[in-house]
Order: sequence, then C-alpha cells, then structure tokens
Amino acid sequence: MAKTKRKVPGINATSTADISFMLLIFFLVTTSMDTDRGLARRLPPPPETQEQTDNAIVKERNVLQVRLNKFDELLVNGEILDVKQLREKVKEFIANPNNDENFPEKHAKTLPFFGDVMLTDKHVISVQNDVDTSYDMYIQVQNELVAAYNELRNELAQGQFGKTFAECSEEEKEAIIDYYPQKISEAEPRKYVGR
Amino acid sequence: MGKFNKSGKREMPELNTSSLPDLIFTVLFFFMIVTTMREVTLMVKFRVPAATELEKLEKKSLVSFIYIGKPLEEYQKKMGTTDRIQLNDKFAEASEVQEYIYSERENMSEVDQPFMTVSLKVDAQTKMGIVTEVKQALRKAYALKINYSAALRQ
Repeated sequence: MAKTKRKVPGINATSTADISFMLLIFFLVTTSMDTDRGLARRLPPPPETQEQTDNAIVKERNVLQVRLNKFDELLVNGEILDVKQLREKVKEFIANPNNDENFPEKHAKTLPFFGDVMLTDKHVISVQNDVDTSYDMYIQVQNELVAAYNELRNELAQGQFGKTFAECSEEEKEAIIDYYPQKISEAEPRKYVGR
Repeated sequence: MGKFNKSGKREMPELNTSSLPDLIFTVLFFFMIVTTMREVTLMVKFRVPAATELEKLEKKSLVSFIYIGKPLEEYQKKMGTTDRIQLNDKFAEASEVQEYIYSERENMSEVDQPFMTVSLKVDAQTKMGIVTEVKQALRKAYALKINYSAALRQ
C-alpha cells in the first residue's frame, strides 16, 4: 500500500478570540476587585450566670474608661480628649513606663525571650458608647485602640528582635502578645439622659 | 526608467491576529482568579468608615455578611429611611440575626465551623444602637469572631 500523505484540515480558530472576549466581558462585569478588609475583633461569650459578671471586679487604676456620648465626644478617665490624642494616652496606659500610681499595676511574669519582666497584664480598657453614638466614631476609637497595641508590639519587637511584629516567628509573636495582651472590654451601651 | 514602479499596487500587510486569543485568555484568567461574585443584591446603601489598622478577610467561604444601612431608594417607600439590617436578600430585624447565624453555620462543614467569621458592613452614619443589638445577637449565637468592614485610610 502506498502511503499517501493526508493533510489534516486546520481548525478554524478565528472565533476563539470572540468567545474568550465574551467570557472576559462577563468576568469584567461581575468582578469586584475590592478585597474585604476590616478591623478584626473578638466578642466576649455571652454571660452565662449572673455570678460570672460579678466576679470580674478590677481595681480602679487598672481600668481605662473610654466613653463616647451621643455627640461623638470622647471622655477618657474623666478627661475630654480628641480622637487623635487617644492613641498616645492608651499607649501610656498599657505600658505604664514610669510605674505611675494612676496607671495599671505591674506584675512579675516570666516569658520566653524576655525573661522576668514586669507587666501590666491586669489592665482593662473599657469602652462604653451611647445608643446614639455614630458607628464612624466607634470605629475610629476602636481603630486607635488597636493601633496603640500594634505600635507597642512593634516597638517591642524592634527592641527585642530587631524586626517588626509581622516579621516575627510564631513563638516570638506569642511572647509579644503575652507581653501586651489585648484587653478591650465593651460595656453595654447606655442611654444618657440629657447632657 | 523602471526603477520606481509606481503602477504596482501597494498592499497593506495583514495584521497577524493568531496570538490574540492567547492574549485575551491571559486577561480572562486574571479576572477569573481575582473575581469574587457578589452573592446578594444589596438593598441598603452603606459607605464603610475609614481606618488604618485593617486585616484582610481571608477565606470567603468562612465569612457571613451582615449589612446595615439605610434602604435604597426603591425600598424606602416600604421600609422607611431609618437604618435597617439586611441578611441575605431581605430586610430583617435584630432578633432574626441569631437564626441567620445558625443557618449559616449549618451550611458549613464541621471542620470550618469554629473559624466562622461575621463581617459587619455598616454605614458610617449608622447609630450604635442597632449595631449593638446585632452584636448582642452574635454573642448569643456564639459567632464571636467578627470583622468591622472598613476602608483603608491613606
């Protein structure tokens, strides 16, 4: 048998571009590029018994009262502040560098990498807002609180490991988080009567 | 002189389009990967507040959304102009949030359930009253990992 060379007919690919264009346009229309970002928070579990809530009595010096009224005004430990001042105030409160009597008490604790250190691990930042506080203001305050923690942790990481908190290994991160545990409590909102 | 032949027809060389499908496919794949389909039609309008300390919301399958804001104009006749909660495709009250979380959780695999995150997309102008009600409901439903959706402030 003589071998005859058979030519395979080429597939007409002119319409591939059109087809893929259609798919492309579909995805262009349905796409939403914005990645969701936000402030991650953890809510406390619901109170199970009445006793449990009563047990949590903390010393006054360990608490930083952050209050928001319905006019979006900020009151920190009885002092009217601007949101911009809040971060420094909170940082000072958490770290208590001068062992001030008005700031949280320090306890000795042994941590990996750091050894024996004095920590303000009993501090609590109590946020209370009014029913009519705007959500925007609430987020600004939350943001400043988280920023204060993040800055302190970053400073600590820089001082101890010479890198930012995000670059630390898991163990290092854990030690830093133990050094500055995030303690933000949210009280039930209050309806202030008048001003 | 026949050196310059002016009578000859000049033809435009045809553009080679054989690589066009490949190019389009590359763009297509890019969009296919980055795309996130919006599952619900928004019935409230919201502009999230701006903040700086943001974390990315990862693993979309673990996230349930709660929208709070003023109803869109076409719904304002029926629902009024006060802030409303939207769960899935309908308006809801704060009392329905708990049930919504339970049903969302049921749809997840058991392994994923502890990692469930609730993203609160709330309009910046909303009053905290309604947000707090939702937060209390979330606490009751043990959906404790939440994420206040916000835009990055430059």
